[in-house]
Amino acid sequence: MTARVGIITFPGSLDDQDAVRAVRRAGGTAVPLWHGERDLRGVDAVVLPGGFSYGDYLRCGAIARFAPVMAELVPAARAGLPVLGVCNGFQILCEAHLLPGALTRNSGLRFISREVRVRMENVGTPWTADYAAGQEVTLVLKSGEGAYVADPATLSGLEARGQVLARYVAASPNGSVSGIAGICSESGSVVGLMPHPEHAIDPLTGPGDEGLGFFTSAVRALAPA
Amino acid sequence: MTRSSKTPIRNGGGQAGPSAQDTVARASATPGRAQPHAELGLSGAEYQRITELLGRRPTDAELAIYSVMWSEHCSYKSSRAHLRQFADKAPPTTALLAGIGQNAGVVDIGGGYAVTFKLESHNHPSYVEPFQGAATGVGGIVRDILAMGARPVAVMDSLRFGPAEAPDTRRVLPGVVAGISFYGNCLGLPNIGGELAFDSCYAGNPLVNALCLGVMRHEDLKLAAATGPGNKVVLLGSRTGPDGIGGASVLASASFGGGGGVGEDEGGEAGRSRQAAKRPSVQVGDPFLEKLLVECCLELYAAGLVVGIQDLGAAGVACATTELAAGGGPDVGMRVRLDSVPLRDASLGPAEILMSESQERMMAIVEPAGLERFLGICAKWDVQATVIGDVTGTGRLKMTWHGELVVDIPPGSAADQGPVYLRPAERPAWQAALQADDPARLNRPGTGQELRSTLLSLLSAPDATDKTWVTEQYDRYVRGNTILAQPADAGLIRVDEGTFLGVALALDGNGRYSLLDPYAGAQLALAEAYRNVAATGARPLAVTNCLNFGSPEDPAVMWQFTEAVRGLADACQVLGVPVTGGNVSFYNQTGDAAIHPTPVVGVLGVHDDVRRRLSTGFGRAGCRLVLLGRSKAELGGSLWARVAHRHLGGRPPAVDLAAERALAAVLAEAGRAGLLESAHDLSDGGLAIALAECCLAGGQGCTVHLPGAPEGGVFPLLFGESAARALVSVRPGAEAEFAALCQGGGVPAAVLGVTGGAGLEIAGSFSVPLDELASAHGATLPALFG
Repeated sequence: MTARVGIITFPGSLDDQDAVRAVRRAGGTAVPLWHGERDLRGVDAVVLPGGFSYGDYLRCGAIARFAPVMAELVPAARAGLPVLGVCNGFQILCEAHLLPGALTRNSGLRFISREVRVRMENVGTPWTADYAAGQEVTLVLKSGEGAYVADPATLSGLEARGQVLARYVAASPNGSVSGIAGICSESGSVVGLMPHPEHAIDPLTGPGDEGLGFFTSAVRALAPA
Repeated sequence: MTRSSKTPIRNGGGQAGPSAQDTVARASATPGRAQPHAELGLSGAEYQRITELLGRRPTDAELAIYSVMWSEHCSYKSSRAHLRQFADKAPPTTALLAGIGQNAGVVDIGGGYAVTFKLESHNHPSYVEPFQGAATGVGGIVRDILAMGARPVAVMDSLRFGPAEAPDTRRVLPGVVAGISFYGNCLGLPNIGGELAFDSCYAGNPLVNALCLGVMRHEDLKLAAATGPGNKVVLLGSRTGPDGIGGASVLASASFGGGGGVGEDEGGEAGRSRQAAKRPSVQVGDPFLEKLLVECCLELYAAGLVVGIQDLGAAGVACATTELAAGGGPDVGMRVRLDSVPLRDASLGPAEILMSESQERMMAIVEPAGLERFLGICAKWDVQATVIGDVTGTGRLKMTWHGELVVDIPPGSAADQGPVYLRPAERPAWQAALQADDPARLNRPGTGQELRSTLLSLLSAPDATDKTWVTEQYDRYVRGNTILAQPADAGLIRVDEGTFLGVALALDGNGRYSLLDPYAGAQLALAEAYRNVAATGARPLAVTNCLNFGSPEDPAVMWQFTEAVRGLADACQVLGVPVTGGNVSFYNQTGDAAIHPTPVVGVLGVHDDVRRRLSTGFGRAGCRLVLLGRSKAELGGSLWARVAHRHLGGRPPAVDLAAERALAAVLAEAGRAGLLESAHDLSDGGLAIALAECCLAGGQGCTVHLPGAPEGGVFPLLFGESAARALVSVRPGAEAEFAALCQGGGVPAAVLGVTGGAGLEIAGSFSVPLDELASAHGATLPALFG
């Protein structure tokens, strides 16, 4: 038996198949989950993939937060279920108040699709245990609203508790405050990441395979004994 | 978007009583009633022809159908007679599963897979409203591919604008790029390449040509044909609104007061100013809805619930109903209740519903037994689906509006029996003088320092500069199958994760070459795309095209068009790659000034193992650098003549299709055998630009020893643009095997030097450090567009 990782497809999810591929490549079992069903199918962890859920109308992630599946996911996440939200998934986690702060329009006001170098700062979560603290990895940033913002008190709290998971190595490409590329919940089980690890799992199709660690970490941490 | 308030036919809509309608009975009873056929773009002769076909005057709704279906955009009435050459001269092939006439051509790539691809213009809307014009261009071509039964897997775009520094280009270009980015990214389709070029001839007439690639299993092929009397006609997707009404025709086709019209894709400043009241309204796209439509249709196909399907693009319901019914055969008819079409604007009447170009709609033919499951899948994806009619065995397309018959026509008369014109074509008087104006008279750089600054100025010219400012706005990663994307010579997509089968695609065109010689220019566009596909190690297999020209009513433009078509058809025959489909865009002109004739050609190739793809960058140091092909002092229409002298004259580079074939074969075999570290085709700017691009892409310099240059120093060898050439670096240890392969294949191979070092060095002439190359190459677009 390997870890069963659920991937939620919302209407407008785009990177769901990429997340499925990454979970499989990491040795896990990918379990498709549907936005309209209040059912997590007993998975060990959940990935909220990138895309434009519900067209990102109103505000990115603002409608997805109310999807039936979220009614199951939010309490499960609060109870410790590992959840990784990438890009639009990160936005949904913020809208659902599973993570603090918000993602706003890139400072350049244009969509950015490029490879970025990020430094891993918290490797104590179920999603990052396979990395070394301070390790630099190349992931794929592709978003129009990727600038992380939070009020000063929240930010200093995040910094003090080690909740800044990853930071851009060079200047923040999108205006993200303090160069924040990803954060986690206090317990570390809920992770939000703006750059995409699932697009960096194979040198043939991406900048390398340094993103695979997010998935191998979870699969290893959750593998039934 | 505001509606076209001056639509000549606007007959009442829902609130008006049915009696307000121009019914078939009324049309028969009032044969003399005047109808606004000219305002709808139909000539007097065309209107006469409709009355003969029907045996009475058309109803207003019928007139709407004929006006859009017989428009230049839908009927290809000025081009059809010439486009036949693509079929008549098609090389023998077993790869084509569906060809010209379908929504898109379908090509067998082996392993049970087929791919479908098509290039289409959205030029004029992108000038009027750059963001939505370009966005809906992407949306439209994606639905064409979806309608064939395929999953859309990638997009590309070929873009041409006025001068890069012109104020209006600052309005049009960022809007077009943002529109493509918005629609393609939200749809989850990787953008894998294309073109970006600038010329004053495109000011006011930008070219926005979008391509989509789809993949399917052989058995998934769907055709646009309604069959089986009793089957249901289902409209799915967006509600119908007043957007783009008559885009294809009202402002498009024929002569308004003797001049070029303006239309969906057929613009002209003169037409616009004369016809200010008839401004087209550009449609508004919703990529989220299209994403749902794509997933919904693919699930419907997989469930076997679709008998036939057609996308709704130009001419909307009029086009889909007539083409589906006509596609079913002479006995097939359809009964459609127009009042059951879901509307966004309840005031729309039958003619407007027929002509509306609202986006994100498809029309499917469904067996009654499968209807409930069909509607269930649509509900799952939140896609609205409405039964609007039935297939009949009458051979008549009948439409009712609240019970009254408003359309009763043979569907083929609108879909297939439009007028065909053999418009006068005449080689323009200025052509000879243009060709005689040879660039040989221009001052050439001689010293190393002059050559060096020439390279840097070409490298920073908008046509040759780094396109990252544009391509960074496009998602190239989504779906996880992108092997190569811009700035690679061609895009490359993995089709099968188990076998690593893939397809390569390149788009190329050169308006300067085509102005100098439209026959050769079209062939050179094909040759370049063919070469670009080959430079990835793929085997070129099939061709699509978008033919962008001025007004067909100008005999000089018509001559350019006929020459380009003849050139392309002849070259496809020699290269053994059939044309599978394409698009013609006329009326790209302002007043009497047409754009350069600009045939844009897309070539698709199959790659048996994408892990062995070749890419442009010098991957490592110490590799032998080899120039393949024959170099001549060919500078007519070159990047150098344009950038250094603002000169356009002489003849374009000679076409040598046998040499292109030989080169492609050598590249494919070298790639398969793993002999090469990199490969890059030579095109604009010749060897000098190619060397710089290879250095920059790989982060690796090189040292070049130019062989004796008999034709006036090293300049022509560095900047000449002879076709059928590529620059490769050879895997250490494979030099002898590669040399033998070239010799056996009849491809001249000149050893130029070796890769490595901190810059590009032309021994005995000049050198440029990599960072200086990079800043010259990278600064232009950010400086212009922010």
